[in-house]
Amino acid sequence: MTVATGESVAVVGRSGSGKSTLMHVAALLDTPDEGVLRVDGQDAARLSTKQVGELRNRRFGFVFQQFFLDPSSSVLQNVVLPLTIAGVPAAERRRRGMAVLEQFDLADKAGNRATALSGGQKQRAVLCRALVSGPDVIFADEPTGNLDTTTGAVVEDELFSLVRDRGITLVVVTHDPALAERCDRQVHVRDGSVVTERVAA
Amino acid sequence: MRTADLVRTAVSNTLRSRLRTTLTVLALVVGSSTLTLTTALGAGITDYVTRQVDALGAEDVLVVTAAAGQDTSEGPTAYDPDRSVGQSGAAAGALPGAGAGGALTDADLAELADVDGLSDIEPLKTVSLDYVAAAGSQDRYEVSVAPTSSIASSDLAAGAQLEADGSEPQLVLPVEYVDALSLGSAEDAVGAQLVLAVTDVLGEQHEVPATLVGVTNPSLLASGAGANTALVDELADLQSGGVEQPARYTVATARFDPDLTDEGVSALKDDVAAAGMTGQTIADQLGILTTVISGITGVLSAFAAVALLAAAFGIVNTLLMSVQERTREIGLMKAMGMSSGRVFGLFSLEAGFIGLLGSGLGVLLAVAVGTPLSASLAEGRLEALGGLEVLVFEPLSLLGVVALIVAIAFAAGTLPARAAARKTPIDALRYE
Repeated sequence: MTVATGESVAVVGRSGSGKSTLMHVAALLDTPDEGVLRVDGQDAARLSTKQVGELRNRRFGFVFQQFFLDPSSSVLQNVVLPLTIAGVPAAERRRRGMAVLEQFDLADKAGNRATALSGGQKQRAVLCRALVSGPDVIFADEPTGNLDTTTGAVVEDELFSLVRDRGITLVVVTHDPALAERCDRQVHVRDGSVVTERVAA
Repeated sequence: MRTADLVRTAVSNTLRSRLRTTLTVLALVVGSSTLTLTTALGAGITDYVTRQVDALGAEDVLVVTAAAGQDTSEGPTAYDPDRSVGQSGAAAGALPGAGAGGALTDADLAELADVDGLSDIEPLKTVSLDYVAAAGSQDRYEVSVAPTSSIASSDLAAGAQLEADGSEPQLVLPVEYVDALSLGSAEDAVGAQLVLAVTDVLGEQHEVPATLVGVTNPSLLASGAGANTALVDELADLQSGGVEQPARYTVATARFDPDLTDEGVSALKDDVAAAGMTGQTIADQLGILTTVISGITGVLSAFAAVALLAAAFGIVNTLLMSVQERTREIGLMKAMGMSSGRVFGLFSLEAGFIGLLGSGLGVLLAVAVGTPLSASLAEGRLEALGGLEVLVFEPLSLLGVVALIVAIAFAAGTLPARAAARKTPIDALRYE
């Protein structure tokens, strides 16, 4: 399969079908047992560990099934974690972190502990974290799985509008048909193989 | 990640699980405070011994006694007409290590003068005093004069050192005599006029006046009073009662070049031994004592080392638990592009920070407990050893203890840090 720049792709399938693994391989978190992954047409297996790290840090944003927010740090510190890892100076981190928090109406929560947030706020904080480094691709694994339908829909709206505005490529793993419908394309996975690809009407 | 951020993250992570960190730090505190105390004990005793060495004599003095074979072999020594001299049995005021027994003759002194590198050979006259008393008082006390006191400097509680070349008869007395002779405080006693009595070979007693110039601290090594050359000469003359005796000396001193290397001193001692005598420097005389003391501090330090070893395993355990607990956090950081090296660095720094906390608190505790303890010992049980400060805390050795323990903590941290660095992001993220 190929994912083009600016495209949104939904990876769908049953539990254990390998859709998360497909996303992990695509995000360079895992290495494929067979087959080749090309990033910008280049074989990812040839990249050094350092290059892979930098690629994930600068060009990829992640939303995992769980929030993975550090309960002992503030919301802002959690959101700017990719920048901290990249070695961005503290003032710059703060500026960019606050900018992205404002877009998601979380600016007033910046100093709070991550545990003090509601479920929807946590998921928005996680989106902030994925977006803060200005990535080209966002990998999202069940981004609304932890949320009730209403909150999930709000978060989805925010995600899709941002992705469209900025031309960010989106790879989303889900078994929510409604979410999959909103993507440009759906990829069905069964027993570890891509079975069908369907372009949204 | 920037190093400053890494350090800050490590510190905040360490402080996050407070109870666990506290317990690990406590284990380190035990080890580091023990080590600090043993180091201070070693320093205190070394300092005391050094002052005692000064009390025994100058650095460039070789104390020569007749070789009676007592240094090397057990049992009685075979008679050798060339070498053996009359044994006196009781060697009054013998120095520790300066073998009791043999006496030096004028011929021996002449031989010493021929040894290259030795100069100013002086036989030390020994005098047997009957008593000392304050001038005009009937309170008389037995006293002995240390043979080398005229060339030695004393560990003084008050007053001044003897003037080696002074023509006035001068005396220094241990501090316990000050009370006995009702001279008031040590400071008041300085300058007091004393009377020394000596009985000559004919059985007649003579009294000699002397001025008390100094009061010495009680000492392990140099016991008794000290008298300057003028006083010793006067007493010795009176003691001989004008009768010419064949000269017999227990001890002679000789000076050597103070810049001489250890090898040079050793060669010099060999030359003296070849002449049938034993030459010892002041350091030699203290050799056994220093060996014993360093043995004791060595054993105590070994206890500290055991405590530190246990604490090191505590660090390994704490951090392994921490790595396990934070598997997902590590996975997230690695997924976001943090390198294994930085993850390793993060956990190593946490170990180092625990080490810094433990050693810092341990050193502070040791100083806080040790300072009053040392003071109370000096005034209580160890009062007899005046001037002994049991625990001496040297800033450099305190820093050394901290540095050592931080290094141990870093070393202990490598194991958990490796475990953390080896986690793959995907395994870590799947971890429940």
